[in-house]
Amino acid sequence: MNRLDSLFQKKKNNILSIFTTAGYPKLNDTLPVVKALQEAGVDFIEIGIPFSDPLADGPVIQDSSTVAIENGMTLKLLLSQMEDIRKELTLPILLMGYINPVLQYGIENFAKKCSEVGVDGIIIPDLPMQEYLEDYKKVFDQYNLKNIFLVTPQTSDERIRFIDEHSNGFIYLVSSSSTTGKKTGIDGAEEYLSRIQKMNLKTPTVVGFNISSKESFQKATQYANGAIIGSAFVKAINNNKDIAAGVKSFVGAIR
Amino acid sequence: MSQSGEQSKYSVSKRGFYGNFGGAYIPEMLYPNVKELEDNYLRIIYSESFQKEYKDLLKNYVGRPSPLYHAKRLSEKYGTKIYLKREDLNHTGAHKINNTIGQILLAKELGKKRIIAETGAGQHGVATATVCALMNLECVVYMGAIDILRQEPNVKRMLMLGAKVVAAESGSKTLKDATNEAIRDWINNPVDTHYIIGSVVGPHPYPDLVARLQSIISEEMMEQMQEKEGRNYPDAIIACVGGGSNAAGAFYHYLDNLKVELIAVEAAGKGVNTGETAATTTVGTPGIIHASKTILMQTEDGQIVEPYSISAGLDYPGIGPIHAHLFESGRGTFASVTDDEAVAAGFELTRLEGIIPALESAHAIAYLKKRTFKKDQVVVINLSGRGDKDLATYIKYFDNNESLR
Ligand SMILES: Cc1ncc(COP(=O)(O)O)c(C=O)c1O
Repeated sequence: MNRLDSLFQKKKNNILSIFTTAGYPKLNDTLPVVKALQEAGVDFIEIGIPFSDPLADGPVIQDSSTVAIENGMTLKLLLSQMEDIRKELTLPILLMGYINPVLQYGIENFAKKCSEVGVDGIIIPDLPMQEYLEDYKKVFDQYNLKNIFLVTPQTSDERIRFIDEHSNGFIYLVSSSSTTGKKTGIDGAEEYLSRIQKMNLKTPTVVGFNISSKESFQKATQYANGAIIGSAFVKAINNNKDIAAGVKSFVGAIR
Repeated sequence: MSQSGEQSKYSVSKRGFYGNFGGAYIPEMLYPNVKELEDNYLRIIYSESFQKEYKDLLKNYVGRPSPLYHAKRLSEKYGTKIYLKREDLNHTGAHKINNTIGQILLAKELGKKRIIAETGAGQHGVATATVCALMNLECVVYMGAIDILRQEPNVKRMLMLGAKVVAAESGSKTLKDATNEAIRDWINNPVDTHYIIGSVVGPHPYPDLVARLQSIISEEMMEQMQEKEGRNYPDAIIACVGGGSNAAGAFYHYLDNLKVELIAVEAAGKGVNTGETAATTTVGTPGIIHASKTILMQTEDGQIVEPYSISAGLDYPGIGPIHAHLFESGRGTFASVTDDEAVAAGFELTRLEGIIPALESAHAIAYLKKRTFKKDQVVVINLSGRGDKDLATYIKYFDNNESLR
């Protein structure tokens, strides 16, 4: 069974996911960072594929991408690092990135390689639903790769139902209409999150964007199965000499 | 601009594609904005009230129709009959205003309160700031930090017009990055803001919207050709391509007329093999930039490469999807011109015709040296803008180069 499915079957509340940029802060830090995350007790991990032009990201993740690319990180290298990562990690792992590097790698090659190295799912914000259904779904399904869709406060109920119908894994609830790390905290999102909670979707939900603290994590998980922390984590490991200790204290402060 | 069912094989498909190129690769955050535009743009821009106001402003505010000028001395020099379509005479000095007039009326109709735009040379920024002043709407223009330095007069004009100019400090700090920042602004302001994109780039329906608004160029050209030459088409049209809006407008009504050669001139920068170039179709490959599938400059890993051109308006690592299609299908002729060739052509036009062209437009003129047209052929060069904004760059060349003096 896909690791994400078993996670959401076993655990319904307080699921914590952390986003980290591949090859950041140093080229070979991907493995130590995710290993430390597993040891610190997070539930699943998103690894960002660095991209030169990350349209949906704010400055923190933009900068981490720039550094990672300068470090020499590529999608090809990340997928080969994944082989080592998978040897040490039992947690579900998702890759999050933009469509162009995936296109250049080749969709079929990418899906195949992901399944070989134990990637459980993909989040590609700039791959629209319609394109996915027509051109990608078949290949992703063949390799048992989950494609995660985003929902925002502007998404209509009708479209949320449509997304729910075509989702597997989980639905990513973007906490506000913003780029990543725009503000700290999710105040103001309560009404939107509770509206979605009341829709009783078939797919599990996880809140992301602007979650940065214990308080915002707790608030988000009142309305959804889990929450994702990105920019705040990337910022925290920015100049941390001792990765394991830094990760442990960051996660410890969240729950 | 007429709606006419002109569904040629070069028009956009229902899903927003030109052949293999186009589409709307947008994050979900932009879905409602783009959908609202897609659902309404044709209805609005072909409504009677829109057409009336648009045409009135083009005539009385922009100063259209722009002349089709027979450049006799230039013609003599190159042994063919050359006309210049004088977009440089438009209010604000370039073709960009044709688009911003249309989009500001569209934004008003959609009830938007705030306008954002990206700009490279600053011409689109000025054209946007201008229509925002005219319509009393808040205006924020994103501009690469490097472009802010090299196009200073236009920055000052935008500020005087009441726009806020925000420096894009990410990446190459030029047009690509300004576009990223404008898109991010739109993600963060999804309800009351309209993004006036400045070229035939970005997610569908922008390339089609901008091409339709710029198609006034070829609409007039048909009439003017008829008047001057007794037939409504030239043998060739030459236009520079950054994103490709002036070219799209100049080509638009001739896409299906195979008697007209459509020539797109890109910026080669210091040379197509120097790594400092913006000649997208020469060095680029298919991929996705700014939510559109097109040809772009990128690494093997899919990272977008930073382009280079002396001309800020052509300094873009992609081209509009319509041009990628014209390139792939062979309908368009694609060429590139270096910085030096463009500057020399700018000086040449100045001395032969008394017209100082924008550096962008100078690229189209420089193409005359790459091709021999016959004596009885008629060639139209789309003179997309005037060179006032580029004086500092021209003068620097002038001072450093004996042969130009
Ligand atoms: C005078 C002029 N010509 C051409 C361009 C390039 O834009 P496009 O390729 O969309 O016509 C610009 C852009 O700033 C410009 O100012």
